[in-house]
Amino acid sequence: MIPAAFDYFRAGSAEEAVSLLVEHGDEAKIMAGGHSLVPMMKLRLAVPTVIVDVGRLNGLRYVQDAGDHLAIGALTTHRMLETDDLLSQQCPILPAVAHVVGDPQVRHRGTLGGTLAHSDPASDLPAAILALGGTLVAQGPDGTREIAAGDFFTGYFESALAEDEMLTEIRVPKCPNAGWNYQKFNRRAQDWAIVGVAAIVGEGLTGVSLVNMGSVPIRASGVEAALAGGANAADAAASAVDGTDAPTDLNATPEYREHLARVLTRRALEAAGVD
Amino acid sequence: MEINVNVNGEATSADVEPRRLLVHYLREDVGLTGTNIGCDTSSCGACTVHLDGESVKSCTVLAVQADGSGVVTIEGLAPNETDLHPMQEAFRQNHGLQCGYCTPGMVMAAVSLLDENPKPTEREVREGLEGNLCRCTGYHNIVKAVLAASGQPVES
Repeated sequence: MIPAAFDYFRAGSAEEAVSLLVEHGDEAKIMAGGHSLVPMMKLRLAVPTVIVDVGRLNGLRYVQDAGDHLAIGALTTHRMLETDDLLSQQCPILPAVAHVVGDPQVRHRGTLGGTLAHSDPASDLPAAILALGGTLVAQGPDGTREIAAGDFFTGYFESALAEDEMLTEIRVPKCPNAGWNYQKFNRRAQDWAIVGVAAIVGEGLTGVSLVNMGSVPIRASGVEAALAGGANAADAAASAVDGTDAPTDLNATPEYREHLARVLTRRALEAAGVD
Repeated sequence: MEINVNVNGEATSADVEPRRLLVHYLREDVGLTGTNIGCDTSSCGACTVHLDGESVKSCTVLAVQADGSGVVTIEGLAPNETDLHPMQEAFRQNHGLQCGYCTPGMVMAAVSLLDENPKPTEREVREGLEGNLCRCTGYHNIVKAVLAASGQPVES
């Protein structure tokens, strides 16, 4: 399979990428690693006529200590997240979640900014960033703006990014001593999660989010509220499907997904140290 | 678009459409057909090559993305015409293949795996090859081969 024809531009900077987006409007798509976009283009699920390749912006591949938080460049690959010492110490849920994305080849190419901008509700890392209460930095023609992770995912494969914006940085809290866990339920290695649950509890954080339980990654606010009220893991997990809209597909009915969400949430909370 | 790619240590170039896939560039423009196309959906790993030292699925990389980069394919592993790369030799010794279709990608993924983790456990080998499908062997002899290539004892 070969994608439909498109014009190709290689951006030398984030500014150049944004100006190409301004010039080409909704015909254009940013390509980072291309590991979500190229498969969709081959299947004609996406047919952009202009590709703006930001894959050479190596200055946007970093994990930095930014004082009260960690700053991660949007082009940082899953492999880099998996193996980064600073993240392992200060935000260990991210390397663990990055480790279960796709397979090694995919993790060599896929990027954190790419998977967030792609906004696939079945992806792993968006849920982790959501549970962490991360902040996403978008660059547009008028400069940068910050978008809370909770406001970023707006619909099925849709994000709050404007047509002329690209992600440049993701900010997450330092939480070296918080309890955390990620549960990914799938039938085969390298598959997407049928349901996934990211949990982070402690150091002022109470974040629980769900993968593939709606059209966007969802914060399990019922669970979070129950935890804040002192509920144990089993009782809090009973609220896991509040506000969800589980999809149906070849792998699972909505009812089965709801069952999985409750069970996996309980397991995630227990593994994160909730009684 | 004119691209230049170092393939197995040799400079190659071609004028390609931006939509040309790296695997097609390697097979059809450069003429190296050792890299197989299996599923063509980035699932099976048969098309695995090394791009700037890391394993990638060349059916999911645009040739233009590899412009200016270094690629190693299965043809580039062996040191000379008569000797095999240690991983190839380990696959041979341990019968790590049957039909052979997945083998080029499997070997390239295995070499990348040991680059990143020189002494993997059996579980780490299995997880490290999760991006490569084999429909013949049941994986056991492939795992043995990779462990052998890492210099670790292999149960017969």
